[in-house]
Parts: sequence; C-alpha cells; structure tokens
Amino acid sequence: MRYETPASAKEAAGLLKKEKGAAFLLAGGTDLLVKLKMGIVEPDLVVDIKRIPKISDIQSSAKGFTIGAAVSGAELGEHAGLKKAWPGVVEAANLIGSDQIQGRATLPGNLCNASPAADSVPALIAAGAKAVVVGPLKKRTVPVEKVMIGPGKTSLAKGELIEAITLPKAEPRSGDAYLRFTPRTEMDIAVVGIAISLKLERGVIKKARVVLGAVAPTAIVVAAAARAIVGSKLDDKALDKLAAACSAACNPIDDKRGTIEYRVRVAGVLAKRAAKIAFQRAGGSL
Amino acid sequence: MAHDNSYVDKKFNVVGTRFNRPDGIDKVTGKARYGADASAPGQLVGKVLRSPHAHAQILKINTSKAEKLQGVKSIITFEDLPDLTGADQGMADILENCMARGRALYDGHAVAAVAAVDEQTAAKALKLIDVKYKKLPHVTDVDEAMLPTAPIIHDRIFTRGVEPKPTKPSNISSRTEMGNGDIEAGFAEADIIVEHSFKTEQTHQGYIEPHACLASVNPDGTAELWVTTQGHFVFRNVCAGLLGLDIAKLKVTSSEIGGGFGGKTHVWVEPVALALSRKANRPVKMVMSRDEVFRATGPTSSTSIDVKLGAKKNGRITAAIAELRYQGGAFPGNWAMLGCMTAFACYDIKNNKSIGWDVLVNRPKVTAYRAPSAPMAAFAVESAMDILAKELGMKAIDVRLKNVAREGTLAPYGPTYGPIGIEDTLKAVKAHPHMRAKLKPNQGRGVACGFWFNIGGQTSTDLNIGVDGTVNLAVGTVDVGGSRSSLAMIAAEELGIDYEDVKANIADTTSLGHNDMTEGSRGTFSSGMATIYAAREAIEVLKQRAAQTWGIPVEDVAWEAGHAVATGKGHGNLPKLSLREIAAKSGRTGGPIAGHNEVTADGAGMGFASHICDVEVDPETGRSTIVRYTVVQDAGKAINPDYVEGQFQGGATQGIGWALNEEYIYGDDGRLQNPGFLDYRIPVCSDLPFIDTKILEIPNPNHPYGVRGVGETSIVPPLAAVANAIANATGVRMGHAPMSPPRVLAALDALDAG
Ligand SMILES: Cc1cc2nc3c(=O)[nH]c(=O)nc-3n(C[C@H](O)[C@H](O)[C@H](O)COP(=O)(O)OP(=O)(O)OC[C@H]3O[C@@H](n4cnc5c(N)ncnc54)[C@H](O)[C@@H]3O)c2cc1C
Repeated sequence: MRYETPASAKEAAGLLKKEKGAAFLLAGGTDLLVKLKMGIVEPDLVVDIKRIPKISDIQSSAKGFTIGAAVSGAELGEHAGLKKAWPGVVEAANLIGSDQIQGRATLPGNLCNASPAADSVPALIAAGAKAVVVGPLKKRTVPVEKVMIGPGKTSLAKGELIEAITLPKAEPRSGDAYLRFTPRTEMDIAVVGIAISLKLERGVIKKARVVLGAVAPTAIVVAAAARAIVGSKLDDKALDKLAAACSAACNPIDDKRGTIEYRVRVAGVLAKRAAKIAFQRAGGSL
Repeated sequence: MAHDNSYVDKKFNVVGTRFNRPDGIDKVTGKARYGADASAPGQLVGKVLRSPHAHAQILKINTSKAEKLQGVKSIITFEDLPDLTGADQGMADILENCMARGRALYDGHAVAAVAAVDEQTAAKALKLIDVKYKKLPHVTDVDEAMLPTAPIIHDRIFTRGVEPKPTKPSNISSRTEMGNGDIEAGFAEADIIVEHSFKTEQTHQGYIEPHACLASVNPDGTAELWVTTQGHFVFRNVCAGLLGLDIAKLKVTSSEIGGGFGGKTHVWVEPVALALSRKANRPVKMVMSRDEVFRATGPTSSTSIDVKLGAKKNGRITAAIAELRYQGGAFPGNWAMLGCMTAFACYDIKNNKSIGWDVLVNRPKVTAYRAPSAPMAAFAVESAMDILAKELGMKAIDVRLKNVAREGTLAPYGPTYGPIGIEDTLKAVKAHPHMRAKLKPNQGRGVACGFWFNIGGQTSTDLNIGVDGTVNLAVGTVDVGGSRSSLAMIAAEELGIDYEDVKANIADTTSLGHNDMTEGSRGTFSSGMATIYAAREAIEVLKQRAAQTWGIPVEDVAWEAGHAVATGKGHGNLPKLSLREIAAKSGRTGGPIAGHNEVTADGAGMGFASHICDVEVDPETGRSTIVRYTVVQDAGKAINPDYVEGQFQGGATQGIGWALNEEYIYGDDGRLQNPGFLDYRIPVCSDLPFIDTKILEIPNPNHPYGVRGVGETSIVPPLAAVANAIANATGVRMGHAPMSPPRVLAALDALDAG
C-alpha cells in the first residue's frame, strides 16, 4: 500500500486516476481506517488530502460559505458565522460520532462514504449545498443530492474528488434544523434522520425543503412534505400533513437498527419536531 | 493454627475509609499490562477460523494450502487437541467449544487455528484453509428449541430430572424443581391471582478488554501462560487437563484485567494458543477481535419465564410459582436452576415453586454474567410484584415489605436465612428523598429488589514483612474491581500499620496454593478472610520475636496498634516494640517474618438490594431515558466504600443497558447480526444520570469483619426497576427485555388500540 500527500486537489485527482489498483482518498479517515482495519477494503493507494493548502479552511463571502474538504466537524461547530447561518447543517455534522470522531470527520467524507444514514447529508441537501468536484482535467459543481446514488456508491468518476462544499448565503427569516433518532444519545447510527430548511414571509412559510435520511437507499428530498407546510403557519393540520407525507415517502429496510414500521412512524414524528425548530429559528412563533 | 471466622463488632482504623487503588497510576498512564501487553522472543501470532454457519457438519478441513504459505508455523484442528477428558463431560464440552469436533454448533464456533510470524500472514493463512460444510437445520430461540420438532443439537442429551426417563434425545438438558409448601392450597387461599409471561434477550458482559493471552509450551512439558482471566489457578487446571500437562509445570500469570463480569471465568482461546505453541515450538500470542468476543465467548442466557402470584386482600402472598426457561448455548448448563434458586429469594412465601428448564440452542456457550441467571428471574418476579400491587391497590413497596424475607425465613432453595438485609434496603428506599421527588410529565418511578448468594471457596494468601517494616501481600484472587486496595487495607488494619505500608500483589500459580476464581463476589470476602488469618499468623511470629528480644514468655506479649506490648506481671517497664523495630532485627532473631493461610472460606453472606428508577418515556418514539437512579444495597461491611459504590453503580449500569437496548440479534440464517459495539448498544456516559448509592451494613456473622460480597447483586433489580418505571410512566407493562424504543412504541400502540 502506498501513501501520498499531494499539494493540490488536481494532483490528488491525477494520482487517483493513474492508479490501476484500489485507490482511496483519505480525509478524516473515520470511515476509511475502520474499513481498512476490518479488512473490508485493501487499498493499493491512499491519497491524503490534508496537506493541500487551504483545504482545511472555511471561507465566507457575500455569496455564502465555502467549506474545504478537510474541515472537521469540530471546526464547523466552532465557526460562529456558519452556525448562525446554517444551524441545522452544523448540528447535523456535530452529531457524527463522538468528540474524538468530531476532531476528524469531514462533510465530503460523510457524503462519499455514501451511507444511507449519513447525518450531515440530509441537512446539506435541505440547505441547497453544492459539491465542488475536481477531476484530473476539469472542475464541476454539483448539488449534493446528485453525489450519492446508492449505498456505498457515488456519481464521482474515477479520479474525481470533492474539493469543497459550498452553502448559499442564508436568506433573511429562514431557518434549518436536523433531528435524528437513535436509541442511544451518541455513538449510534441514525434510525431516521430528517432535515428541514424553510423561509418565512410575514409569519407564513414561503419556501421549504424537507429531506429524509436512513429510510431509503439514499437521502430523499420529499417535495410533498414541503408542499404540506408551504403557505401555513405550521398549524397542527399542516404538521399532520407533513408527518403523513414524510411517512409515505419512506422506503426503508428492516434491519438490526430498526423495523420498517418503526422507521416510517418515527419519520413523521421527527418531521414535526424538526419543522417546529426550523420555524422558530426563522423567527416564526408557534 | 485454627482461626475463628465469627464476626466481632469492633472499631476500625483503616477499614471503612477511602484510599486510591495501588494499580491506579499504571492504569491512567497506560503502563498497566493487560492480556495483550506481553511479548516473548520469537513469538507468533495466533488466529482462529470460525464457522460462518449456525449449525453444520464439518465434512473436511484441508489445511495443505495454508501450510505452504511462507511464515505459517503451525495449524491446528480438533485432531491436535485429542480428547483426554475421560468421563468428565463438562471438560469434554469445554474442549469441543474451544475447537469444533466434526460439527460447528453456532456461528463463530472455532474450526481451525493458525500461528504465523505476523498478523497478516496468519489472516492470509485462514483464508487458505478449505472447510467443507454440510449445513444442518438450526434453532436459536429458547422456546422453539424446546418444541419436539426442533433440530436436535446433541443426540447424546436426554432430559435429566423427568420421570419416566426419556427415550429420545432433546434440547432440554434438564428440568429442575424446587420450593416449599403446598402450591395448590396456596392458590386456593388467594383472593387475587396475577399471571404474566416474560422474555429476555441474550446479553454479553461487554468488558472492554478482549480475551488475550501469550502461551509458550516446551517439548519437556513445561509451559507458561500470560492471560487476562478472573482465575488463573482454575485456567491452569483446565488447560493442563485439556492439553495433558502436569499442573505444576504450567505456570499461569494473570495480567491486569479490563473487565470480566463472569466472561473471563471460562477458557476460550487459551487452550488453542497452548496447542498452537506446542505444535510450533514457539510462543504464541492471541488477541480476540470484538467480533470474535461477541460471537464466541460466553454471553448470558436468553430466557422465557412465566410467573403466577396469589395473595390475600391484605397483600400477603399465599402462593407463587415460576416456570423458567434458559438457554445455555450449544452446551448444557445449569442456568435455569440458578434462576429457580433466586426467583423468590427476597420473599417469605409459604407456598412457592420454581420449575426450571435448561435448554440448548445454536448460540455460543453461555457463561456466568454478574449474578448469573438472577436478573432475568427478578425481571419476571419483580414485574409481577408490581402487577400484583396494582391489582391490590397497594403501593409496590408496601407489598414487598408485607412479604419480605427475614432472619429465620426458609429460602425457596433450601437454607434458613441468617441475618439478611432485604427489609432494611426496602425501608431505606421508602425513606429515601428520591421516593418523594416530583415527577414530570411522561415520567414514572419504579422500584425492584434483587438477591444474590455470594460464594466463598478456596483461597490462599501469603504475607511477608520486609526489614523496613513494609508488607507484601500476595493473593491469588484476580483483582477485577479494586480488591488489592481492600485487601491491603485489611492487612494494615490487622497489623496496626498504615495502608501505605502494605503492597498487595496478585501472585502467579507457582507462588501460592490454589485459589478459586474471582467470581460469585468472593474476592474480598474470601481473600479478606485469608488475609486476616495470614496477618494474625504473622502477628504470632512478631510476638515471639518480641518475647525473645525481651527474654519473657510469649504468653506475656500482646499485639496492640502495631506494637508488641509486654503485659505480664513484672514486665510493665519494658518499652513497647513497633512492627518496624521487630522487622529490622528479624535477620538476627530467626529470619524472615511471614504469615500465610489456606482456607475454604465458608459462610458467604447473602447480598440483597433495592433500587429506585425514574424514567421518562417519549410517547411518540417509545424511547426511554433514565432520569434518576438510586441503589440501596447491604454490603455487610464496606472495606473501601469507593469501590463498593463503584460495584453498585457498575452493576446498575449494566442492568440498565440490558433493560433498554442491549441484545443479541440473530438473523433467520442463525448468524449474529450485531457483533460490535455500534449495534450492540451498551449505554454510553451521556445515556445515564449519576447513579446514586446508599451502602447499608448488616454484618455477615461468618466473617471476622462482617463482609458480604458486593459485586453482583446490583445487576439484578434494574430490568424490573426500569420496567416498573415504564409501566408507571405509560400504563404499559413491558414483558420483553430489552425494552427498546420499537418494543415500547408497539406496546403503547397496542394500549391505545385497547
Ligand atoms: C465511532 C464512529 C462513529 C460514527 N458516527 C457517525 C454518525 O453518528 N453519523 C454519521 O453520519 N457517521 C458516523 N460515522 C462515520 C464517519 O465518521 C462519517 O461518515 C465521517 O463524516 C466521515 O468523514 P471522514 O473525513 O472521516 O471520511 P474518510 O474516512 O476519510 O472517508 C470516507 C470515504 O469517503 C471518501 N472521501 C473522503 N473525502 C473525500 C473527498 N473529499 N472526495 C471524494 N471522496 C472522499 C474516502 O475515500 C472514503 O471512501 C462514525 C464513525 C465512527 C468510527
């Protein structure tokens, strides 16, 4: 196994592209190293991105935020501006693992590990985040929901990697929230995850995005759930419709972490709770 | 010298105070050497190939490809562990569990093992071993295994304890029945009868340190084993028996131990490591992975239990019956029998009966887990007590007090109780401020009791006094929970010196007589007794040396507060001699000063506890959060209260984990689906409130200091305490543990549906 520390994203892409054997990008390593130790992956090449200049920076501008691919969960949690603009994204990222994991885990790592239960992914999608994808030859920007295409699978081509995640500027009177259900308080994998981002106009929901995690092969954008609350002040009727739409959108599996029935049910319960938090964060009063 | 084990009420100087443990610095700085921390020149790495099937015939094991791999030094199968167990079926079971003999009996059963120069080579070699299996039908559920249609796991097993003797083999290895009085008459007398059925899932001890050892066998039959264990003397005897070694030639050293809770009372890879070393003629180190620990080392039983109680309107129970079914994995155990013995032990019930069924399934061989079998029986009985209280319209605690066992009560399993603490714990609970604290919406409070026997057994201890007056205490019971500190305190107390002047060590098997395991909460009870006696022997020597120095008869010398004092007529003006002064001259007064003791410690004091639990249940997700928890337990005498409280808290925590989320999940294919800490959900720190404790001290009359065991009882009440709290919070009676969110939500739905 070879280990490389390229000086640019483009160089990293070139190394990945050239490798004939199994090549893996290494960010925080909290997924990759676990799989390596368990013998699930046997890389010929590991490309560590952490030495790339600026890859660990969070930049804010008039357009929003650009979060480098090696920024850890802990660093996200310490960024006051980001927390104020996208509290749901930050709380989702900060739910990953434990203090130790937080010191390492990254957003692109969470996304490219491509687990249906990844915590930050629904929140990123709800927030309208984009991935800046660098290949050996060209760079492209894709919405986060286009990256994961199935359990363990991404749409990235061989040699492509994510250099940064961008978040738009948060609109006035908008708010987002992420909630997950786990039997334990931490060190657990989401049985259901839900992210809601919404914008108010005169106390009424004008726009919304509702995204479910852990209840289908990938995170899913539930348009019907967003429709259920748009135009409402999040009254009980709207909340019930939201819950029903979320439950209806679930396509989960029965496994050791939760039954189909349970996941479907709890998706609706959490949807209501997350909507209320996002609503209040947007300045709405219940 | 004969010693008296009777309790003597006296004022203590050292005992009952709080000291740091002598192993503390090593543990917090990472210097402590655990099972995986030993190495030897030329050592190999051993790894085990395990069955991927729940039940399969092993048609052929072809190791030839693996043998040719560079770096592979030995490969063993059952053929390298010939059966030397004779008529001892228990030992034969241990052997077969260590290495499958023709059949894989559960997912994870060892089939072959490799020793190679490094881990990668060993792992590669395992992949090159070709095993031909023929899958057989399997059964993993305790109730299903009892059905006549269930696949039979051992056709040599015919149910014991039933008449007439069965003619067909069965997965039921034995039936046990015990109790007192006339059960039918008791129910006939009752005004109210309640009945309920319960199920508990299989849980693992979950110690953080996996099993690990370093084994080295020489061609002349001498051997050494460094190992994480709860009892190195027992491991020595078992391993010597399985491998045909002489007991005296196998030296076993116990490492520091990162938790055991019963799981390290049993050998798993140790005989395999010895066999690999014998074949390779090199030391072999083995460290189990977490996956292996879950799949192939002793979890506790899953159970199915029915309880029926009958009572008078005034709350007096007239009859109690329980039928308990415990699976012991793929080998017979006596787990249901222990369930029977403990089920009604907290109560004085004239007519009681317990029927136990020990059952085999295709799961790993069950071993002890902290008060083995008692938590499940208590879950059923203590839940039923609350159901009864509700029917009677009485407070749950009052029904318990109305029926509580006392000194003189005939225990369901035979003996008549001496002084016991269950009534005191209940009264302390009743008076505790926790019982009056206000509950918030969706919260409920539950109370439950628990019992554990505690045991004594064989112990041997050596105490050597150095020329500077400091003392080495060598004990043979492994220190799992801080016993080195407690035993050093006991030695200091007896000798009348400072705690800091005593260093307790765990001696290897060549340095002391046999010691039974650290199990049954016996460590401080039995080694404490042997330490008291060893110290008293040493005091006799010290007195002789003083008498010799003074030139007076030894009868005229007394030992007071660390000094020899002349007491006889006419010696009044002799200045007293300190232990330090006598020790300094020992080279000239007859040589080293020591005391030692070998004893079978009888008269262990029973342990009783009552717990209070507050839980908050999320009515929409079924998730339960423990918001407050209090343990009240009788310790007899708390030698070092810090570690007694630690035991109370640890046991309660494990019980809460079992109550809420911990469980083995098997697929339809009979394979374990969650062999790791991510999906086998032990509580993490943030899941629990501070566990409050209250130590009661009702002296055990059969120990000089009144010590009872304290290590196990605390895991017994929590399952029912949580269930009773959930019932009081929600109105649903959870009969299936763990009471995980999906189970609680389903029960809430069923309640709503009426
Ligand atoms: C104890 C523990 C607890 C955990 N708890 C949670 C949890 O609660 N919630 C949760 O969602 N996850 C959890 N995880 C999983 C993991 O921590 C997260 O998925 C984390 O975000 C991964 O980030 P990383 O930087 O460590 O990824 P890495 O391990 O470095 O990479 C993960 C995968 O993504 C690829 N990759 C990484 N960066 C890029 C990039 N920039 N471009 C393209 N591909 C890339 C890697 O090649 C690899 O295949 C847990 C893991 C552990 C060990």
